[in-house]
Amino acid sequence: MFEGILVGLAAAFSITNLLMVIGGCLIGTFIGMLPGLGPMSIIAIMIPIAISIGDPSAALILLAGVYYGAIFGGSTSSILINAPGVASTVASSFDGYPLARQGKAGKALTVAAVSSFAGGTIGAILLMIFAPVLASVALLFHSAEYFALMVVGLSAIAAFAGSGQIGKAVLMTLTGLMMSTVGEGALFNMPRFTMGVLDLQSGFGFITLAMAMFALPEALYLVLDPSRSSREKETTEIKDLRITKEEMKHISPVIGRQSLQGFLIGVLPGAGATIASFLGYAVERNIASKKDQAQFGKGSIKGLAAPETANNAACTGSFVPLLTLGIPGSGTTAILLGALIALNVSPGPRLMTTEPELFWAVIISMYIGNVVLLILNLPLIPYIAKVLAVPRNFLIPFILFFTMMGAYIGQNNATELLILVGMGACATVLRFANYPLAPLLIGFILGSMLEDNFARSMQLARGFGFILERPMTLGLLILAIVLILLPGIRARLQRR
Amino acid sequence: MKLDRAIALLFFLLFVVYGYTAFFVMDGSLAPFMQRNPVWPSTFPKGIAILGVLASLYVLLGFEKSEEEKPAEIDLSRLGQYKFGQAISLLGLMVAYAVLLRPAGFLLSTTLFLIISAWVLGERRFILLLFVSAVAGGAVWYLVQGVLGIFLRPLPFFLG
Repeated sequence: MFEGILVGLAAAFSITNLLMVIGGCLIGTFIGMLPGLGPMSIIAIMIPIAISIGDPSAALILLAGVYYGAIFGGSTSSILINAPGVASTVASSFDGYPLARQGKAGKALTVAAVSSFAGGTIGAILLMIFAPVLASVALLFHSAEYFALMVVGLSAIAAFAGSGQIGKAVLMTLTGLMMSTVGEGALFNMPRFTMGVLDLQSGFGFITLAMAMFALPEALYLVLDPSRSSREKETTEIKDLRITKEEMKHISPVIGRQSLQGFLIGVLPGAGATIASFLGYAVERNIASKKDQAQFGKGSIKGLAAPETANNAACTGSFVPLLTLGIPGSGTTAILLGALIALNVSPGPRLMTTEPELFWAVIISMYIGNVVLLILNLPLIPYIAKVLAVPRNFLIPFILFFTMMGAYIGQNNATELLILVGMGACATVLRFANYPLAPLLIGFILGSMLEDNFARSMQLARGFGFILERPMTLGLLILAIVLILLPGIRARLQRR
Repeated sequence: MKLDRAIALLFFLLFVVYGYTAFFVMDGSLAPFMQRNPVWPSTFPKGIAILGVLASLYVLLGFEKSEEEKPAEIDLSRLGQYKFGQAISLLGLMVAYAVLLRPAGFLLSTTLFLIISAWVLGERRFILLLFVSAVAGGAVWYLVQGVLGIFLRPLPFFLG
């Protein structure tokens, strides 16, 4: 393991990878600040560039940097103009925006940056501890367990969608799985569900799908509802960025607690940074003294530190199932998984032994990314914040253009653009009807792996016998069923 | 019928068609040696189709209705205030861009797309628009072709 860490250190500190982290964090912060553009959209747009780099370590480091930067950028727009760029920074606006209105925008941004840094760093340390342990356990898994584990992952994503959403999330996951069966897969070497369309022989492009599910609906929402755009809102002036020792002492316990809690929530498939930030805020408000509690919602630095720490720790936590099991727990990590597959890297328990440089370089670059956010992005925030003044009439055409470029470059095919428009329009309507879109993309990306492991298990056992022959497989599949049914049963019991 | 349930009906029909293909169409063309395998190309789709039909029926029949619903991201009561005309025009422009990209060349189609879509959104500073669009188009073309090495025809087909 230590040898791997050293190899990773050498790779992460190479000039190219350092530039990737710095560039990724800056781009992420810059674009993440734009209202309506979340990390999923930004990463989807950046994928063709990352793939063209060719080196998987550099590509993943760039994308991870973009991810952190986008979360940080989202916090900035939450604090300055009360327009969260991403859902996971909504809770940051509860106290961040009131602080900015009191003329303490600089202080609020520093609290956010310090909390994010601490949450991300503690998360990275926990990742270093947990990932190898989980990877060594996962090495004992065979195809049947992998199949069952993926089913658990997909069920958990649906189960965490929230009350009243589980059926829709399951439906979206199944739609993603269905779409993954279109085209000529490697498994059977025959076209399926192509309806005779030549362009569908290679299946749907995952970048096109990612753009259609996230970037395009976000842009269309900005068109449909101009109030989502920041233009009309006045950008708060950023003055003093310093925080005092007492304030630091005041938020330290919050940071410690929320780093751990956020990380653990991030590890769970489907939970992610949004749930972590809201839960972090709620927990800290509940356990705060009466005096502190009264400040929550009116500009409490504890109320700002809690969601900021939790969402960054959760981002890091979400890398645990991705790197060790090859199972994405969120839409963002699903996109990262797609990028890795495009770069011929198969994430899973063997990644640590087969690609130690990539595995450890990514983890170590998370520390570097957090340092970059703190010492480089924070002082630059007053300048980066100028992007909030870009007029909507210029911003939206460019978002649409970059969305199309991402899909076009990914497949080098103009038909992809038509698929993008069609699916993007469908995705927008689905969001109108409150259907969650991340499960669709996760189902799509996991679909071929799920079918592959299912087919291998069936072939080895000559039928469905593998379910009963392997206790862990059976146990995991029962867990998947429980995860789906439990929220509904609990809701019914509560009503009685 | 509420929008989410109407969409569930469409999903139901989609999964029925998908399931029909998996159950009754795909296996017909299967080579005899593949028929001896425990898993066929249609096995996985059959499972998805059954689960898909059940899940869409669950939403369609409103079993989730009685549970506490998450507030919708879009306020349907404000539907009249949303700018559907602009959104549909922009989607139309994207289709036109897809169709024109190869024959008209990257630079012309990109510049036109950026200018017209900004105009649809209400921008009237045409000189600034032309400048920004042309610079952006040129810079992206250079990045894609020069740096990423992906061929993009810059000029219309009749200019080579």
